Amino acid sequence: MNETVAPLIGAAEWSAIRLTLELATLTTALLLLIGTPIAWWLARTRSWLKAPIAAAVSLPIVLPPTVLGFYLLLLMGPQGAVGQAMRSLGLGTLPFTFRGLVIASVVYSLPFVVQPLQAAFQGIGDGPTEAAATLRASPLDRFFSVVIPLAGPGFLAATVLGFAHAVGEFGIVLMVGGNIPDKTRVLSVLIYNEVEALDYERAHVLAGGMVGFSFAVLLLMTLLGQRGSWMTPGATARG
Amino acid sequence: MDMNATLGMSTYAGIAGRLPPGDIVASLALDWPGFSLAADLRLPGAGVTALFGPSGSGKTTCLRAIAGLEANCRGRVAIGAEVWQDSAARVFVPVHKRPLGMVFQDARLFPHMSVRANIDYGCKRVPAAERRVNLAEVVELLGIGHLLDRKPARLSGGEKQRVAIARALMTSPRVLLLDEPLAALDEARKAEVLPYLVRLRDEMALPMIYVSHAMHEVAQLADHLVLLERGRVLASGPIGAITARADLALAQTEEGGVVVTTRLGLRDDGYGLSRLDFASGAVWVARIERDVGAAVRIQIAARDVSLALDPPSRSSIQNVLPATVVARTDDERGRSLVQLDVGGVRLLSRITRRSAEQLAIAPGLAVHAQVKGVAVLG
Repeated sequence: MNETVAPLIGAAEWSAIRLTLELATLTTALLLLIGTPIAWWLARTRSWLKAPIAAAVSLPIVLPPTVLGFYLLLLMGPQGAVGQAMRSLGLGTLPFTFRGLVIASVVYSLPFVVQPLQAAFQGIGDGPTEAAATLRASPLDRFFSVVIPLAGPGFLAATVLGFAHAVGEFGIVLMVGGNIPDKTRVLSVLIYNEVEALDYERAHVLAGGMVGFSFAVLLLMTLLGQRGSWMTPGATARG
Repeated sequence: MDMNATLGMSTYAGIAGRLPPGDIVASLALDWPGFSLAADLRLPGAGVTALFGPSGSGKTTCLRAIAGLEANCRGRVAIGAEVWQDSAARVFVPVHKRPLGMVFQDARLFPHMSVRANIDYGCKRVPAAERRVNLAEVVELLGIGHLLDRKPARLSGGEKQRVAIARALMTSPRVLLLDEPLAALDEARKAEVLPYLVRLRDEMALPMIYVSHAMHEVAQLADHLVLLERGRVLASGPIGAITARADLALAQTEEGGVVVTTRLGLRDDGYGLSRLDFASGAVWVARIERDVGAAVRIQIAARDVSLALDPPSRSSIQNVLPATVVARTDDERGRSLVQLDVGGVRLLSRITRRSAEQLAIAPGLAVHAQVKGVAVLG
């Protein structure tokens, strides 16, 4: 009776998968770029600003995505500061676009990248960088030649968590991006649509696929983490 | 791999030999909760200077401040004409621009690099024109040729320290700073690394500042000794002069004794003895397998020196030195510490206060110092 029915993974599904992967990849890249200096600063500073900034970065962990999405929508909207700035620069609008979705996604996933990086940087301690400094390495040189390799497991965890979190988010996507096919309709939203339409069969394929994907990613991270145990922060003995 | 044959020991021209000599001057001030440092150091630009003191005396802090690792330290640091820090003139050369080598207590090798990459790390960051140290010489000097392809995790504690020393040397430093490089090692490893430090001192004309709280290391290595306590300098001077001062706590310890630099004067192989000459005196010790004329460092503990007014004529003690009493210090535990002059060299003798009173030991008195034991160092 279902010869005429479209395949379980049709054009709409492929579009959502492609969009989700694009969003997650772009978000992860931006997160590493933005999160690394923030995490380094948080790991090193003795400024009184450390606690408030650490708390602000961690807000997305506790806030419902709808709250975050609501404020981002206001900020990026025609009346919001970001929205007005964008318009005066002639850059177009952000809400309900893919670009807006990327920005919201970066804000939402920031703690999942900053926290493992900060822990990794703190675990390295001052020892290796001090030694590198006495070996003529400038601060930037020390960061790239010593800190980043030693923080390898932290970067791996940050990348995986950031990517997986960006793949899985739903609430903020709905608030900021809406449900526009080929533009902002990512997998989580599509699954929601399918469940709403009582199309459990299709929902099963996508939801099950995401469970499998997430499991594979976490398994890979654990295995890589074990193999890379020579460079865990604890191995750089101090005192 | 026989590097000795291809290189020969004469190729160690030394580092400082090609540089203008310069004393290291450091006036350091630092205030932390519960600790303050106020130290004026003037350290010779050659040989080994030991910063010695109990933990919490500020010796490591001094070393780190000289290196530029204590950002909050105020004062002035200069080596020769080169100023590294002058707080009054707002001068602070960052650590990576100071031509120094540093060896940390915990080696701090980079775990993600091989031994070879660790050693290259500093070297390749020094402009080629300023490199004066040859890798093959350093590898041979420290005996690490067989370790080059290993990862630091597969090295013993002693091997790690030898690699850390090589890594520091390869930056062609003007001064080598060593922060308790043996403190984290067990006795066997200490005994393994110490001879390399002695070789380093003797074969590379490179000033070294050596932080330690272990007197036997200091006695073996140091030419100059700075005593620190609670962030202040108690005494500073040549090791022989400082270890001979009866007023310092150093001499009060059970092992306290004077370090004397001697020359191997004569070998009596029939009796298996060697004569070590110094100033106007000489002591006989068990045979030393070195050439006549070689410098030999000895330590004579105060407890091993007893005093007699008449020359002992029938005694098993071989080493009797005519001496003049310089000073006598009695303590409340019934002991007297007597400082002696033996032809310009100072020695210490610890005797009971009763003996000191019966013999009427007082400055100017001529005595015979009977030396019961001599520790040959290194």
